[in-house]
Amino acid sequence: MNLKKIFDPKSVAVVGVSLTNPFNPANIIYHKNNLRYKARTYCVNPGGGTLYGDTVYKAVGDIPEKVDLVVLSIRAELVPAVMEECIAAGAGGAIIISGGFAESGRSDLQERVREISRANKFPVIGPNCLGIFSPPGVDTFFLPHERLIDLREGSVALVSQSGGILVDQTIKLTQEGVGISRAVSIGNKAVIDEVDMLEFFLKDRKTNVVGLYIEGFSEGRGRDFISLMKNAKKPVVVLKSGKTPGGSRAVSSHTASIAGDYKVFSEVLRAGSAIEARNEMEFVSYCEVFSCCSRKKVKNVCIITASGGHGAIAADGCFHGGLAVTEVPDEDAALLRPMLSKSVQGICSLGNPVDLTGSAGDFDFQTAVKFFLEKHYVDCILLLLLPYLPGITSDIGARIAQLARESGKPVITYMPHIDKYGIFIDGFESNGVPVAHSVEGAVYMALGLARRGK
Amino acid sequence: MKEEAKTILDRWRDTGWVIEPEARKVLKLYGLHTAPYRWAMTEEEALKGAGKIGYPLVAKIVSADIIHKSDVGGVVVGVRDDTELRAVFTRLSSLEGFQGVLLDEMQSGFELIIGSSDDPQFGPVVLIGIGGTSVEIYQDVAIRMAPITVKEAKEALLSLHGSRLMQGYRGKPAINMGSIAKLVAKFSEMVYDLRGQISSIDLNPVMCSSRKAVIADARIIL
Repeated sequence: MNLKKIFDPKSVAVVGVSLTNPFNPANIIYHKNNLRYKARTYCVNPGGGTLYGDTVYKAVGDIPEKVDLVVLSIRAELVPAVMEECIAAGAGGAIIISGGFAESGRSDLQERVREISRANKFPVIGPNCLGIFSPPGVDTFFLPHERLIDLREGSVALVSQSGGILVDQTIKLTQEGVGISRAVSIGNKAVIDEVDMLEFFLKDRKTNVVGLYIEGFSEGRGRDFISLMKNAKKPVVVLKSGKTPGGSRAVSSHTASIAGDYKVFSEVLRAGSAIEARNEMEFVSYCEVFSCCSRKKVKNVCIITASGGHGAIAADGCFHGGLAVTEVPDEDAALLRPMLSKSVQGICSLGNPVDLTGSAGDFDFQTAVKFFLEKHYVDCILLLLLPYLPGITSDIGARIAQLARESGKPVITYMPHIDKYGIFIDGFESNGVPVAHSVEGAVYMALGLARRGK
Repeated sequence: MKEEAKTILDRWRDTGWVIEPEARKVLKLYGLHTAPYRWAMTEEEALKGAGKIGYPLVAKIVSADIIHKSDVGGVVVGVRDDTELRAVFTRLSSLEGFQGVLLDEMQSGFELIIGSSDDPQFGPVVLIGIGGTSVEIYQDVAIRMAPITVKEAKEALLSLHGSRLMQGYRGKPAINMGSIAKLVAKFSEMVYDLRGQISSIDLNPVMCSSRKAVIADARIIL
């Protein structure tokens, strides 16, 4: 099924606006799209009338143009009939926000939605979902604009069964400086599921990274997911919930007892080159680093730090995750030392981690980063920066980014995320260098690159 | 799907699992050979079978009521002569649902488990793990969607934490990875062919030496 008209609609109809309740989800969706997004937006209620002066159409068929996307926020029992009206009116697809289907015992209604959709090749997202965020055209999240932060636009596509998780992740990624290409909550996935969305995003030109929150695949769909992964050129990050083994099911073979749902999921996805994040922090870290850095083999990491403690924590994390923190050869240390500032030369420690100390400034970090990016024994640099050091200026981000760009090797930065340091962080992020807000996060990013680069 | 295999599986569908000698027949149909064995219903047949296999040997209870043979003392390893075999036969024949005794060559080597289950999300998958009775304790396993190639099977073996143990650890001879990988690949083709028919399979243990990999026990759950 073609999802183009759902994700890039020129026109949107919101069915189910209320003339009496301004907090009705349909009203929020209508106003938000009408006022803030590019697609022409219409509202529908069988009673007709006007809403803040806008015409309320009695049916989708009454709208003066064929709409690309219809958003349904009406009682579940009414959905099948309205879907048929939409199809007759030539609409390109629907998002069903409404609940009241399989999740509350009405599998029959959901089955009806599936039948109508399949019979007419009419794509449907939902029911029981938040729908999509697909700037600049459309945003069907029924959350008032002022309650959310402005989401950053970019190249990461997010897919989630749960709407709540989806909104949370879009906010977290935005706060980390990672832009979203599109986000979709698939809800009960009566028609369109994770696999369809992966297929769409792997081809989508706005998307470079696909992140999915998966509770579980429908029967056999895991196999389809893996077949898609075979030709996937974009990184695919998966966060799975439902890892705890369910109850004490009686199993009579060792294999069945060991190969529980999650174990199989995790193993099969890994073999299929999807990158599983064990927790939210890994998920965000992987999405961030993949959106910044291209695919490279990463095995040997050079840690450049302003503090010995930070360097040691990062080195531990790297070792633990199977990355090599290669010793710097004595002759290289001897070459680098005189290139650094006089005040640093005598006190720095040029092993790996390379500790330039709190006396170091932009010049020293630049010099060391450039020096090690040129070494064959360094695939990636972890730069652990403390913005309160007096020698660091707001230019550091752009300067380091330039070196990373020229070498083609990834540089990952750690800097505490505090509003005050935004000026430093922006310098990196706006120039394509990922910044983690914990040393652990920076290590996750390097591990993500290593897993992807295999 | 091989009709003969389906016939055997259908015969045991009501029981819920396939007894070992019958499971071995299914494996054989797919070119997965086990060591030579005899299925003896009487003491006389057992003694005759032992003559073919040679002592020492392994004697195992065959019973549709006993799925975990070791738990009821249904597996006797290292039976040395006719006298011992007679005693073992007498004891095993008193166990519930007795349908004979399976006599098998003694095997030694590194124990792996090769298994399969029909996963609701991914369909038939194969599992390779450091095996024997401790498999559930260590949980050192690799799982792949069936079917897999010999190359993929080799990669899966090498991904085990204990893979160093197989590659000649502390003076022990390395086990023959090539023959195990071939076995796993062939097994994965079988479980893919039989998809929908089987709930899970254990080949446990598969005894691996520097020369070969031998399936020493097989259990098919329907």
